[in-house]
Amino acid sequence: MARARGSRRRLLVGGVLALLVLLVLAALASIVVGARWIPLAHVWSAVVAPTGGHDDVVVRSLRVPRTGLGVVVGVALGVAGAVIQGHTRNPLADPGLLGVSAGAAFAVCLAVYAFDIPSGTGSVAFALGGALVASVVVFALGTLGGGGGTPVTLALAGAAVTAFLGALTNALVLSDARTLDAYRFWAVGSLVGRPDAVLVQILPFLVAGLLLAAVNAPALNTLQLGEDVARGLGQRLGPARVLGVASVTLLTGAAVSATGPIAFVGLVVPHVARAITGPDHRWLIPYSGLLGALLLVVSDVAGRLIAVPAELPVGLVLALVGAPVFIALVRRRTLAAL
Amino acid sequence: MTAAARLHARGVTLGYGEHVVVDRLELAVPDGAVTAVIGPNGCGKSTLLRALGRLLRPRGGEVLLDGKRIDELPTREVARALGLLPQSPTAPEGITVADLVTRGRHPHQAWFRQWSRGDESVVAEAMEWTGLHGLADRPVDALSGGQRQRVWIAMALAQDTDLLLLDEPTTHLDLAHAVEVLDLVDRLHSRGRTVVMVLHDLNLAARYADHLVAMKDGRVLAAGPPREVLTPELLAEIFGLRAVVLPDPVSRGVLVVPVGARRSDARDRGPRNPTT
Amino acid sequence: MSAPPILARRALRVGPASAVWRPRAVLVPVALVAVVLLLVALDVGRGDFPISVPDVVGTLLGGGTQVDRYIVLQVRLPRSLTGALVGVAFGMAGALTQSVARNPLASPDLLGISYGAAAAAVATLVLGGGAVGGLFTALGVPLAALLGGLVSAAAIYALAWRQGISGFRLVLVGVAVAAVLSSVTSYLLIVGDLNRAAQAQIWLVGSLNGRDWAQVLPVGLVVGAAALLCPVTSASLRALRLGEDTARSLGVRLQRAQAGHLAAAVALASVAVAAAGPVPFVALIAPQIAVRLLRSAGPPLLAGGLVGAVLVVGADVVSRSVLPSTLPVGVVTAAVGAPYLMFLLARGTRASDA
Repeated sequence: MARARGSRRRLLVGGVLALLVLLVLAALASIVVGARWIPLAHVWSAVVAPTGGHDDVVVRSLRVPRTGLGVVVGVALGVAGAVIQGHTRNPLADPGLLGVSAGAAFAVCLAVYAFDIPSGTGSVAFALGGALVASVVVFALGTLGGGGGTPVTLALAGAAVTAFLGALTNALVLSDARTLDAYRFWAVGSLVGRPDAVLVQILPFLVAGLLLAAVNAPALNTLQLGEDVARGLGQRLGPARVLGVASVTLLTGAAVSATGPIAFVGLVVPHVARAITGPDHRWLIPYSGLLGALLLVVSDVAGRLIAVPAELPVGLVLALVGAPVFIALVRRRTLAAL
Repeated sequence: MTAAARLHARGVTLGYGEHVVVDRLELAVPDGAVTAVIGPNGCGKSTLLRALGRLLRPRGGEVLLDGKRIDELPTREVARALGLLPQSPTAPEGITVADLVTRGRHPHQAWFRQWSRGDESVVAEAMEWTGLHGLADRPVDALSGGQRQRVWIAMALAQDTDLLLLDEPTTHLDLAHAVEVLDLVDRLHSRGRTVVMVLHDLNLAARYADHLVAMKDGRVLAAGPPREVLTPELLAEIFGLRAVVLPDPVSRGVLVVPVGARRSDARDRGPRNPTT
Repeated sequence: MSAPPILARRALRVGPASAVWRPRAVLVPVALVAVVLLLVALDVGRGDFPISVPDVVGTLLGGGTQVDRYIVLQVRLPRSLTGALVGVAFGMAGALTQSVARNPLASPDLLGISYGAAAAAVATLVLGGGAVGGLFTALGVPLAALLGGLVSAAAIYALAWRQGISGFRLVLVGVAVAAVLSSVTSYLLIVGDLNRAAQAQIWLVGSLNGRDWAQVLPVGLVVGAAALLCPVTSASLRALRLGEDTARSLGVRLQRAQAGHLAAAVALASVAVAAAGPVPFVALIAPQIAVRLLRSAGPPLLAGGLVGAVLVVGADVVSRSVLPSTLPVGVVTAAVGAPYLMFLLARGTRASDA
């Protein structure tokens, strides 16, 4: 028995390493591929000994930042998805569907409209704040009602908050052309067109969110048994929930404020991860993060290849891919399970 | 003893998805009698009832009503002959007792004829029968479990069918309410209706059924009057239960008394260690 | 028997026809019609050229000055009528969807139908030229919106169908499709230039600006047909509300009834979106308000529609008189509707099937 456990652990560790390798490959692809393919040798020289040539500029100021953003945001969304699915015990929960994007969107517009802060650098803090408020409201609505956090009530709570904030956003956006312009480019969910420093700005929040998720993992395992059993085992529910919500909000809020709303990563990735790791959150969370990064970077590359020479924003690619997977999940489940 | 039977299951195979629950089952429901279907969990009792009630299409075999395939008959016609009460019926929030019972008239109504004199008298009578005096305007969700069950039965009564199928009508009720509901079912059948019900409690089934059908693994293992079906051998085979069958001191039927692992030795009369 | 009768209900019987006499079911709709008429009169009077309510009524009845007649009959009345009819259409569509899904939180806008119409309309506004764009432009925004709504509704129905429709699957699939279409719409907004994006954004919010008799006609026709069919539909809805098993055992042909009601809901919602854009929340909350007014067991069809009309025209009056800058009607309905929905969720509605 111990032998089986040991070999399983070795397998999982091996899996992590394999994913890391794949991620590196994907990142390289992301730097190489585009409207103009840049050979690897040039990439190396651009990074190590830049000469200011055209390729170097493309690599340093476009490709590397977008790849970095893709990796970091992918990790954030994957982990956030695993945590929120663990807390709500709801396999159809997705941080993006829960109003977080609408909260960030409204805050970003408010920043441009009321405070003249250009969308991007200065508005990250706003976006985070908006995301926080929205997610707390949705979570509260979805779980306080008589339905008790069923998939349907959470989805609808998310839709309600999204629509309400959408109306407020519309009010701002229609009153001011500048706000509309800033908003429409942000709202599409993309790794490009973002200010350079944005990755650095969100990094502290992401790291904090990841730490909280890591700390929350053992509690998540206990919570899978149901609230009553978990209490009986001595798990303190309140602190565990708060930790979880904080983690999800930090991760998703930071991600959304940097790239705009990207749905479906947080939804689909934990399912794939769970198929490999089983329900142990101490493995599920890292795997979700790595798979999320992989999915996002690959989707970004795909977006550059599908509609050559134009580029499809990554948010659109993921929606087109993610929704069918979500719908397939809904169809597969019998009513009793949900 | 071949009683007339309007409702038949002939070689019926039923399942959900890949899973086969009932396999080539034969059943004739005797007219004018109360038939109880018993069996261990998962043996297919509810599935069979749903098929008899035309809620589930058989994969193989057929269900016949008056000699015709039930899924080929017009839906309304079936609804006028056969009423089914599902296991956990849901009432719309806030509906009153009178309104819910009136819904049972649906198969007899048209969109412009929603409350004829006939409807009114049948509904009033159904409510009389089920003892719903004074509750007509109360919301159904404000009633107790037993009362609610009676309201659903009143609705099935208002449907005015000769055949009545009840899926576990007593499962969530305490003993007093369960007996109340079954006494009502008994009165119905004394007026000539045919009743088929799925029951969990063997002794209630023994008391109230004229005809008992025992199922296991999707097949009928025994069918007949309760005293013939409820034998220790059969109980062991179907339920894996060791039991003693006694004459029922109240009715002229039988009583099933389970033999457990402890506290069943005649010498061991009281608690071993006197506790508080 | 001197005991009180077990069932004290009055009946309304004329020849073979009969119905239960429910005072509220008659009085409330009549009152609502009166309110709608009043609001329309108010709405017609608003604008750069204020006209008082008595003058409006006078003009409608044949009198009034040349100028008044022009403004009222050519400019303002069609706008307000569009608002009222769109409100009725959305209210009825919501009542139908909520009854079939047996979930008070289900509505065409949340179920992605409006998003489909929106995506098609935005595509038309934004993709001016080119092969694909040319196709859309040929249709024009209203027709494109109608088709978009119908196609997305058909897709949702097909995707949620698995040996039948369950309200639960319908809602979840609808939310997913809504997310995809919303993403597509966002993408379309960056494809065009800022001007077109602004036009599209305005349409997306739901607006009555510039609506004339051309919009009134299609909505009026569909709403009129739906209103005529109300008594038939209501009888079927009453049985459907009891749950799928019970409804079937009462003789309802379930698939056919559900498909029919949903098709009607889609037609109503699509034609309304084509006329005024996806005005948010009317379809969701109008039926719920009507339930509480009528004290009925499920969302009522006619009353739901009338409450919808009150909401839309009322929102228009509010947005044109109370607010500092004129905002499209959709902003007001969402600002009012979403908190109400959140209140419903927090209160914990006892949805029977989810």
